[in-house]
Amino acid sequence: MRPSLQRHRSVLDFALSSLLRRKGRNLALTAVYTLVVFVLASLVFFVQALKHEAGELLEHAPDMVVQRMVAGRHDPMPASQVEAIREIRGVEEAEARLWGYYYDPVYGGNLTVMASPDPTLLPGSARIGRGVARNMRVAEGDMVPLRGYDGLPLLFTIQQVLAEDSELVASDLVLLSPADVRTLFHLPEGLATDLAIKAGNPRELTTIATKIVEKFPDARPILKSEMLRTYEAAFDWRGGLMVVVLASAILSFIIFAWDKATGLSAEERKEIGILKSIGWESGDVLLLKFWEGAVVSLAAFLGGVLLAYGHVFFFSATLFEHALKGWSVLFPRFRLIPALDAYQITVLFFLTVLPYTAATLVPCWRAAMADPDSAMRS
Amino acid sequence: MRPSTLCLSVFSALAALFVGMLLHARGRQSTASQERAGRVALVRSLGLTDLCLFTEARYTRHPAMADRHAAFQDHPMALDHFPSGSLLAPPLFPSPHAPLPPAPSQRP
Repeated sequence: MRPSLQRHRSVLDFALSSLLRRKGRNLALTAVYTLVVFVLASLVFFVQALKHEAGELLEHAPDMVVQRMVAGRHDPMPASQVEAIREIRGVEEAEARLWGYYYDPVYGGNLTVMASPDPTLLPGSARIGRGVARNMRVAEGDMVPLRGYDGLPLLFTIQQVLAEDSELVASDLVLLSPADVRTLFHLPEGLATDLAIKAGNPRELTTIATKIVEKFPDARPILKSEMLRTYEAAFDWRGGLMVVVLASAILSFIIFAWDKATGLSAEERKEIGILKSIGWESGDVLLLKFWEGAVVSLAAFLGGVLLAYGHVFFFSATLFEHALKGWSVLFPRFRLIPALDAYQITVLFFLTVLPYTAATLVPCWRAAMADPDSAMRS
Repeated sequence: MRPSTLCLSVFSALAALFVGMLLHARGRQSTASQERAGRVALVRSLGLTDLCLFTEARYTRHPAMADRHAAFQDHPMALDHFPSGSLLAPPLFPSPHAPLPPAPSQRP
């Protein structure tokens, strides 16, 4: 083995024995450090995977959705507007969507009721999301009562429970035939909730939107890019969840690193003094402390990241469930597809490992520069 | 055995697991389109615009379709009623990138 490698191994041996001498303290330190990395990495992995999934799925969303606004609120669109928008040059397809919200008073959940364009879904039948089936404790073939606008219950036979892998978009969906949606919400013929538009050339979308607003000043076009941007903003570094957890984790880490940086224990000072008095150079002492820091921080970083990966992608981020649920009664269960990003992992590494290593090296450098005699006496 | 040998073995195992994690993520990504096919079909056929993450309120269930002041649904600076309002940032309307000026009927 090359002498320089041999030297590093010998220093590592010494560093490990030094860490083992303060076993309890160092184990507690590594556990706290791992926990900080775990929380940060879980959050980064979870948010990144959700953002990626939203981007991939919403790529297939309508190019534009047009709503009608009345008194600052979303209102149903008359068929005349739908037809006029359909005739605008550049609009390839324009589908009137029928949908709304339904509050189930029995178990307190909010459902999204939507008309399905599928003609095989007969009136009186329903396709429901997994979350609805789970909450209502129903299965295919069962009957589900929904209370109509007049308070009278309407019974629907469950034709299909949507597949488990669709929960991320359809957990709370109840798909009915268009006629049933109109009956349930008392929506007269000739009115639609909004309009989904597909443009022949996506570059013309802005022009189409301008024409729609010129023609119908009460229309509000929402472009696909805006839908994507909403999710980007919601789960951005600056976004709510990220800010709350990142700020508290980073703050706790700063306190932790500050505690280390403010000084060494008397025992550690004495140890450095003895090492210097028996012939160790300041560089050797720093190398020893570097290895001590590297062992702790690398173990915490690798352990924390691996645990976070398991937590988010194998156990569906169970620890975040309560934060995400909020007041939702109906909560989707989904398994995210990992979207690891070299940039995020590198940021995580520099946010956690570097401050700790610097915090351990600075006080040691100061102690190593001191006279061995005074270091031993202190 | 020297302590450094044991330590390096542990770190090698952790590094192998880390590489395994990256490979696992890559493997899941390569089969992601099949895994996502059902969801994509639903988004396409129904014209869905949002992920089903928070179902307690209109503006958390469909943030992309929400009114302009959501999550401050009633008026700007209105106190929010739901805990997820503190987790979701409000949409970027109006933003410097917004392609359109607001329609006259939507101006205050």
